[in-house]
Amino acid sequence: MAKTIKEINEKIKKGKAVVVTASEMIDILEQKGSQAAAAEVDVVTTGTFGPMCSSGAYFNTGHTSPKIKFGGGRVTLNNIEAYTGFAAVDICIGASAVSYDDPKNKVYPGEFNYGGGHVIEDLVAGKDIELKADAYGTDCYPGKELKTKININDINEAVLFNPRNCYQNYNIAVNLSDKIIYTYMGALKPNLGNANYCSAGQLSPLLNDPYYKTIGIGTKIFLGGGIGYVSWWGTQHNPTVKRNDLGIPLTPAGTIAVTGDLKQMESKWLRGTSMLGYGPTLTVGIGIPIPILNEEIAQYTAIRDKDISAAIVDYGTAYPKGINESIGRATYAELRSGTIKISGKEVPTGSLSSYSKAVEIADTLKQWIEKGEFLLTESVASLPGAESDYKLRSFKVKE
Amino acid sequence: MYAKKIVLHFPHSLVNKPILHKLSRDYELEFNILRASITPDEEGLLVLELKGDEPDYKNALEYLKKEGVKVQTLAQDVIMDEEKCTHCGVCVPMCPVLAFHVEPETKKVIFIQDECIACGVCVDICPMNAMEVKI
Repeated sequence: MAKTIKEINEKIKKGKAVVVTASEMIDILEQKGSQAAAAEVDVVTTGTFGPMCSSGAYFNTGHTSPKIKFGGGRVTLNNIEAYTGFAAVDICIGASAVSYDDPKNKVYPGEFNYGGGHVIEDLVAGKDIELKADAYGTDCYPGKELKTKININDINEAVLFNPRNCYQNYNIAVNLSDKIIYTYMGALKPNLGNANYCSAGQLSPLLNDPYYKTIGIGTKIFLGGGIGYVSWWGTQHNPTVKRNDLGIPLTPAGTIAVTGDLKQMESKWLRGTSMLGYGPTLTVGIGIPIPILNEEIAQYTAIRDKDISAAIVDYGTAYPKGINESIGRATYAELRSGTIKISGKEVPTGSLSSYSKAVEIADTLKQWIEKGEFLLTESVASLPGAESDYKLRSFKVKE
Repeated sequence: MYAKKIVLHFPHSLVNKPILHKLSRDYELEFNILRASITPDEEGLLVLELKGDEPDYKNALEYLKKEGVKVQTLAQDVIMDEEKCTHCGVCVPMCPVLAFHVEPETKKVIFIQDECIACGVCVDICPMNAMEVKI
């Protein structure tokens, strides 16, 4: 029997909705079958907590007296470069931003102890952030210099805006070369010394809704400990890749862009992160509720780690050269066992995404819904899907 | 058999003295050098595993202290900051002595201090800066 989101919301308001996490749904479906599971369960919650480099925030600081126009000038926040190209006092900072003074990889591998992601964490934590600005001065905005402190509680808007989060499946990174390399997938020891992966697997939002049947533009989500929304499909969205029988993409596929009010988020779920030799980033906590509208959706949400496999990619040579090839595959069940077999060799695995924190997010979202504090939304438009002609392009550099 | 991991700090004046040799010859201790460095101001630092009879081990430590070597036990010097750790697990395959493992039930990363040799790899690679080595 099919349900609607409106009916589910009525149950949530009455405190009668049955809400389970995506890992709990696996057992329910196994014990009761998909028909009974679809009838019984109203909402399945998902979660993920991993480094998501394409994250950032924008703020409106309010106007000073005399006024100053940051636009066209230069602003740093705790010495990290911000972007000023929006009007007078709207500034934007990306998770991967680095200070001009940072030695970066001149002292290899660079430590990147503080970057844009750390500024966002500190801001959300309520710490004062040092703002330094140089401007060119105009008749209406005469100010040319500013050095002060800003605090999230004093500025106008503070908005998290992440152009690409929640990758639907991701590569397993290895290194076939004979020296250690430092990547956004962590340090990779030579000659298949380790294999690093980054997904919450069976708890990951887009792996529980592989064809984006419920997650779309306008979907309300847990974002950084507060409420956010899916605001668009994410950059590098690539829905038309090959999939297995269950709809799980074999290579990195869908992504989402997300937005939310930073003022109600928690620094616990937005963590500045330093990837040795690579750069700073932001680890973002996201949880997405999936309304169980029918049996098909119930089946999707019971996906298991052993049903999800990822491509093993050599970051020693193939990846940096842009060669699109994999040297094998492994399932998430294998990855979580601690070792995988590649070309006959037992290779120890490491995860960048925290499964235990993903569980905590899915549990928190479950509690919010059970208490009637969080209602589901209908999406207002769908993400480009598996049947679309939407494709990821590579950059062909013109002569 | 008694086995312990310790950190030795050699002051400038002792860097040229064959102290380890005595540990083996006079106290019959087996030693395994886990890490060694001489800092720019020429203080020597040595991380050792010592094995032997307990009385010999204690006498050897007395000897080291008399010579002016500062002795620390290793385990206290490596700390996992529980507030900062997100239990991602990226440290697990990097540790040369497998001092980290993921608990199957909770999927949390457990750090076994007794295994740690304070090599510092986890300190360098932890994306959350949750590992600290204090030597």
